Amino acid sequence: MPEHTDRAYEQQLGQLRTAVLEMGGLVEEQVGQAVRALIQRDEPLARGVIERDHTVNRFDVEIDDLSLKLLALRQPAARDLRLITTALKITTDLERVGDMATHIAERAVELVAEVPIKPYIDIPRMADVARDMLRRSLDAFVREDTELALDVCLSDDTIDQLHEQLFRELLSYMVENPATVSRAMRLLFVSKYLERVGDHATNIAEMVIFMVKGRSIRHLDKVPREL
Amino acid sequence: MLDPGLSRLRPGVASTEAPIKIAVRDLVVHYGSTCALDTVSLDVPEHRVTALIGPSGCGKSTFLRCLNRMNDNVPGARVTGQVTIDGDPVYAPDVDPVALRRRVGMIFQKSNPFPKSIFDNVVFGPRVHGERDPVRLREIVERTLRQAALWDEVKDRLDGSALELSGGQQQRLCIARALAVEPEVVLMDEPASALDPIATAKIEELIHELKSAYTIVIVTHNMQQAARVSDLTAYFYLGRLIEFGPTERVFTNPERPETEDYITGRFG
Repeated sequence: MPEHTDRAYEQQLGQLRTAVLEMGGLVEEQVGQAVRALIQRDEPLARGVIERDHTVNRFDVEIDDLSLKLLALRQPAARDLRLITTALKITTDLERVGDMATHIAERAVELVAEVPIKPYIDIPRMADVARDMLRRSLDAFVREDTELALDVCLSDDTIDQLHEQLFRELLSYMVENPATVSRAMRLLFVSKYLERVGDHATNIAEMVIFMVKGRSIRHLDKVPREL
Repeated sequence: MLDPGLSRLRPGVASTEAPIKIAVRDLVVHYGSTCALDTVSLDVPEHRVTALIGPSGCGKSTFLRCLNRMNDNVPGARVTGQVTIDGDPVYAPDVDPVALRRRVGMIFQKSNPFPKSIFDNVVFGPRVHGERDPVRLREIVERTLRQAALWDEVKDRLDGSALELSGGQQQRLCIARALAVEPEVVLMDEPASALDPIATAKIEELIHELKSAYTIVIVTHNMQQAARVSDLTAYFYLGRLIEFGPTERVFTNPERPETEDYITGRFG
């Protein structure tokens, strides 16, 4: 792809891409640290995640600003237009992922105060899948790799199944011993948050496919096997 | 609505449901030894606005001028291939170019009103074609000035000189003058490039209004203008038709990388 004749424009589009990636890296880190704080029962770590959500939100605002400026001043077309609209939408998803990380950290703070009901096995697994989906969706964004993006959409099932499994397990804890309800409910929330991270990563991957192909695969009954 | 089928994959075949007004096949134009247009085939649909875009020297104006044989007047120009309007060949030996240009009117970049009154400018064509009835001529003036969205601004000074009008008004007067002979097709060569944004918006609005009655083909260097006014966009480069399709697709998701580079400002 040749560069824009107008270098300043080329540079601004580059800035936009970089900002989305930085924000993506930050929220992925946030999810990782929130889950680690939960598992290692590390309250200061959890509080750090909660504080850093401001930075995530600032990225959201800055990227919106830059996108609007580009739309108003450059009248972008074709792939540039799709890059900017994709950045706008991806940012919303990333901001939501940031919120999920914050919520996980809040639950971690609450759970530190109580005796754990079980060793955490599925939650770290879910967190790994969720972060991996997020990382791959952003890689797909940088590399404009639709195959990778499609692969992310397909892995959403894995995280949904893990959530389903954890739900049943925690339900049995609560039935057996009502004293575990408040702790089990909090863990169930965490599971749901991670499942939502997978959904947001899927949204990002779908937008990447739109950005590259100019074709939407969103809201289809089934993820297409190929494009 | 657009036909989502195969037709959109074929450059040169308009993917709209409108019947074809102008069919161009294998059009080649040489100016002396220079090939200005290289084997272009394209269908212009009726009652649609078709925009021709591309960098200077790409052949878009040459193409436009072939549609009403304006190239006949260019020394050294040779035209081969076929152009038909409603099936009537434009380049058949028995075609009278003057009669053809009555069917296919043209608006130029620089507004060129005659140094006459507003009234006389509009009725110039009808008079040449033999209309003498003053009542009919008045009707034509009112109808076309209304169509050109100029009536309210000039109705009280129809006898005033056309040269006293503003640039935008002069251009709309030229449009009224072109419409006065009741053409079927209106060709526009950069009709708004010398106008300010407000006059430009009026011309663009006018193009929207006119397409219900006329088939319009417009050449423009302003890509946003092409995006705003046209139903179909054709991208020309180095004398060849690179891509032709529904405007909204061409500007959001062009099929050819050459088109993409041009409309996104990557000129190499």
